[in-house]
Amino acid sequence: MTTLITPPKSPAPISAERKSREARRRFSGSALTTVTWLLAFVFFAPVIWLVLTAFKPESAAASNPPVFFFVPTFEQFEAVLSNGAGAYFLNSLIATGVSTILVVLLAVPAAYAVSIRPVKKTQDVLFFFISTKMLPVVAVIMPIYVIAGQLKVLDNIGTLIVLYTAMNLPIAVWMMRSFFQEVPAEVLEAASMDGAGLIKTLRTILIPMVTPGLAATALICVIFAWNEFFFALNLTAANAATVPVFLVSQMTSEGLFLAKLSAASVLASLPVVIAGWVAQKQLVRGLSMGAVK
Amino acid sequence: MATTLVDRHNLKQHARKNAKKANDGTGISRAEGWRRRGPLLPALIFTIVITQLPFLVTIWYSLRNWNLLRPDGNQFTGLQNYVDIFMDSTFRSSALNSIVITLGCVFLAMVLGIIFALLLDRKFRGQGVVRTMLITPFLIMPVAGATLWSISMLNPSFGLVNWVISLVGIPPVDWTASHPIVSILMALVWQWTPFTMLLVLAGLQSQPKDVLEAAQIDGAGWTKTFLWVTLPQLRRYIELGVLLGTIYVVNTFDQIYLMTAGGPGTASANLPFYIYQRAFLGFDIGQAAAMGVVVVIATIAIATFALRLIFRSFDAKD
Repeated sequence: MTTLITPPKSPAPISAERKSREARRRFSGSALTTVTWLLAFVFFAPVIWLVLTAFKPESAAASNPPVFFFVPTFEQFEAVLSNGAGAYFLNSLIATGVSTILVVLLAVPAAYAVSIRPVKKTQDVLFFFISTKMLPVVAVIMPIYVIAGQLKVLDNIGTLIVLYTAMNLPIAVWMMRSFFQEVPAEVLEAASMDGAGLIKTLRTILIPMVTPGLAATALICVIFAWNEFFFALNLTAANAATVPVFLVSQMTSEGLFLAKLSAASVLASLPVVIAGWVAQKQLVRGLSMGAVK
Repeated sequence: MATTLVDRHNLKQHARKNAKKANDGTGISRAEGWRRRGPLLPALIFTIVITQLPFLVTIWYSLRNWNLLRPDGNQFTGLQNYVDIFMDSTFRSSALNSIVITLGCVFLAMVLGIIFALLLDRKFRGQGVVRTMLITPFLIMPVAGATLWSISMLNPSFGLVNWVISLVGIPPVDWTASHPIVSILMALVWQWTPFTMLLVLAGLQSQPKDVLEAAQIDGAGWTKTFLWVTLPQLRRYIELGVLLGTIYVVNTFDQIYLMTAGGPGTASANLPFYIYQRAFLGFDIGQAAAMGVVVVIATIAIATFALRLIFRSFDAKD
């Protein structure tokens, strides 16, 4: 990697031949830009291929050699949408939307309690929250399956909502904490002098100040909930199945309906891809749970 | 959750220390304490109920020989399940696969992420577009990414990868059958490189510009500046990326389920996938639970280490 980026070493002393150095730098700069574009293209190529395949007629999809030029068609998208995809998308929308709202409602007061007017043992509480994130999901899937069965909430969208809320809550608490910590102490002092209670302080001062943070938190919750597969696979069937489960059901005869599968993949990924593109700046902070700004 | 057993011990230790402090008269009044604790309780109780209770049940299951296919079972058997799984060679090979897949993915994604971040950390035409392209694999639904790789890219007869290598005269490879772990790693590294790239990029952009300039004025070349100025600065971000990446990747399930189903045989099963197989295809609740407990205990070691590091990262700025 160093060989790619290291500019050619000049044996001459620094003060001499400034012009030729400048020219060389400009050349190596544009070479570097070309390399960057090329690497990005190679890395992005599977996405391009996925989208291209989605617009192919089925006969051109699984072919050798690959077909690059074809008359694009919406046939596959229509086929996916008329194949009952709507119900799965609705389930995903409900599971993602409701769990994200619940996460925010629970996380904001909690983050307040560990940052603005910290409770005792704040560190331990934060430690606890994040430790639940490290626990392997497979270690709890059996009890959850059995308990959900006994409570008759298998294949129920409510079960997914509860689990997705628990899955995202630790991240949200950590993120909101990092945003609350940026609120200047004087603002809060002024509020408490005025006798504002918790709800009022939150509503009139804190929430408006951390709205961008709230949006970033919600974005991360949406990404993880929308893409979640393991719980959905094991705990849902006909009624509450979400988009990832739908995608897998499209895989039945591998290769034969590749174009349709690709169209379904594009539709399934689109909401999160667009959200992530729009909110690129917030992504890194969310993924690092607020540690990196 | 796993860590909570240890946590609880730590919590108690802390509580004891804090109780002493409070008695010294620096403590907050009881009413004020509850007022502060109030907003925290809903989230805390919710998390405990949903994540801790099931794990206690898992421990309970792990001590019973409960197999749904044998109606006469479900008795207390003590540690028999634990003995069995350590005799089980598939469990050991799955554990090894877990390590190989996790470390391989995190390492490769980190190397690629550093390269991409360095290339992105300069002004050039289309910088924003390139960045958008590079983060996209992370946003693609993992299930979609896995099928994209296993079928469109790696299929032996019409996959794009085989077509590309055929251009340089390499004969077609049946990727997911003959190189299952390599195939899984391709999809995983592709998905996680944007994550490490974004972290490293944030690290690069937080470098104080004057230090870099000073290094250049002192005549340090690019390589020297990178090794002695940039890399130490990036250390914290790389550590964070490796640890968070490990936490996420160690639980990989989607790619294995869709690309190889753990096969051929059990050659590419990792622990999450093998436990899933034992529980939902083998119906051996007792053994699957015991494996879950072992995985959780193994996670404690990594987690305690990771948490200390994350806290250091946060406290550096607090």
